[in-house]
Amino acid sequence: MKDNFQVKRHGKFKEVWRRLKKSKTAMFGLVVLSIFILAAIFAELLIPYSVALKQNIPIRLQGPSAEHWFGTDGYGRDLFVRILHGSRRSLSIGLIATASSLFVGLIFGAAVGYYGGAFDNVVMRIMDTLSAIPATLMALAIVAALGSNMVNLIIAISIARIPAFVRIIRAAILGVVDLEYIEAAHAGGAGDFRIIMTHILPNIVGTLIVQTTMTTAQLIMRAASLSFLGLGILPPEPEWGALLSEAREFMRPAPHLMVFPGLAIVLSTLSLNLLGDGLRDALDPRLKS
Amino acid sequence: MSERVLEVKDLEIIYKTDLETVYAVNNISFSLNKGETLGIVGETGAGKTTTALSILRLLPERTGRIKKGSIKLMGEELLSLPEGRMREIRGDRVAMIFQDPMTSLNPVISIGDQISEVLSLHGYRDEKKENIDQRVDEVLRLVGISPDRKKDYPHQFSGGMKQRVIIAIALACEPDLLIADEPTTALDVTIQAQVLAMIRDLKDRLGTSMIMITHDLGIVAETCDKVAVIYAGELIETGTLEEIFLGKDHHPYTVGLFGSIPNLKIKTRRLSPIGGLMPDPTNLPKGCKFSPRCPHCMEICCQIEPPGYLAETHNIKCHLFKEKAGWKQA
Repeated sequence: MKDNFQVKRHGKFKEVWRRLKKSKTAMFGLVVLSIFILAAIFAELLIPYSVALKQNIPIRLQGPSAEHWFGTDGYGRDLFVRILHGSRRSLSIGLIATASSLFVGLIFGAAVGYYGGAFDNVVMRIMDTLSAIPATLMALAIVAALGSNMVNLIIAISIARIPAFVRIIRAAILGVVDLEYIEAAHAGGAGDFRIIMTHILPNIVGTLIVQTTMTTAQLIMRAASLSFLGLGILPPEPEWGALLSEAREFMRPAPHLMVFPGLAIVLSTLSLNLLGDGLRDALDPRLKS
Repeated sequence: MSERVLEVKDLEIIYKTDLETVYAVNNISFSLNKGETLGIVGETGAGKTTTALSILRLLPERTGRIKKGSIKLMGEELLSLPEGRMREIRGDRVAMIFQDPMTSLNPVISIGDQISEVLSLHGYRDEKKENIDQRVDEVLRLVGISPDRKKDYPHQFSGGMKQRVIIAIALACEPDLLIADEPTTALDVTIQAQVLAMIRDLKDRLGTSMIMITHDLGIVAETCDKVAVIYAGELIETGTLEEIFLGKDHHPYTVGLFGSIPNLKIKTRRLSPIGGLMPDPTNLPKGCKFSPRCPHCMEICCQIEPPGYLAETHNIKCHLFKEKAGWKQA
């Protein structure tokens, strides 16, 4: 019984990747998203940040041209460079806010899902209260109270998102915690922390990945809308929402100022949603073909 | 020979919810010596699994409660141990084989990792990675699975193979006591026979004591040394395998149990099952729990709970044996 016939082994993630590749929309999302992320990471290498701030009044409000791909804004700044550098803020706000709300949601969601009881009741009623406040309103209040800068913007957005994560993670854990293999793990002498980390979380990771990509898209939008309202990133720093807000003044003479930042927001969130959809299908074993 | 591995005494377990109290296990006592196998037989809901879980102290936290009694493992009282010490015992000195192999393995962890987990949890020898790997190979070979399959996931195994993996996990730390909770119910008959033969063989080789929980009298006959028949949370008859299977005197319920299985040697048109259902465990009858279904029910049965009557090691809880020759009150 030597290696004359090799058994092909499929890792779980290899299998998911294989199914994900089949979905054209998901691959489109993945490619677009990768371009955005790579552009954001290497923005400084491509064109230095100072260019994004350099004013050149004589060439203000020009349309797209070979020299200025997306045209110029009201101060004659190159819009392409501003969107490129704006992506660093918009994307990182979306990602960091998602990661931090996921982290907090994971701690509380796992604890209440696993232990249940009175603790579950108390935490979930607090989450109900939090989610009763409209997310944008709450973020507005937090930013207004703490002052508008990037860190406060991230805090404001994250807090509003925590209840959703807690609820989703709790539900996912409740679906797993009573299964026999968890009882078997208890019978093997594993402690609570170990059971949560090694036995429960790997089983709900599919739900989490999907939820995380979708949430990132939503939070990029929320960050942009808060910046649009003048909370969060302030001019002259470029950020997609802030760019849109600046473009409002010149909506008639220079509509491209709205179109390009708007496109950036649409494309990035669309690609995240498409990727999230594709991942959900790829991770769902019931759709296995 | 007679080293006491497990001694359960006067065990009483209830499940308490806001609405009702379920009397799941009432006053059970039994003991198990090294290398012996005890079969616990009974209908669904009789309290078999509850008894097993209580030995590991894994009853549902919010509802299950051990009201009184004692469970001693090698002389050590388990019921008063702190949770941390209990965790050291689970999987190491007392291991459990669960009913359904399809659901008792974690689907996203490779089987090798699931075996090595229990080893590293109990500090197997000196926690060196190579030693644990070696031991994983060893136990896999022990249950007849090739060690190069240890990187595979549970869904790549058949039901019988999965049950072997579970047995491998249970035996990895060479426990003193193995609790098998209907280990073959979810398997088909040919695989059942294989798995049973393997369990018996390994148990003999390792000198492990075992509690075999089942509703299948055939399995009991094949694997056990001692038998305990449980009804409505009470052990109504206990004895050696010979006493239960070959003895003349039985509790009416045991008679009914044997009457419910087909006999190859005697030609009958119909089986004779026990009439009626198990009593509602939230509202158990007074006196003997079996009295409402018993064909020999007397007046005393509905009023006074029968004591155990003994003939050598054979113990029967029934008023019928009060004046029978050779039987005396325990």
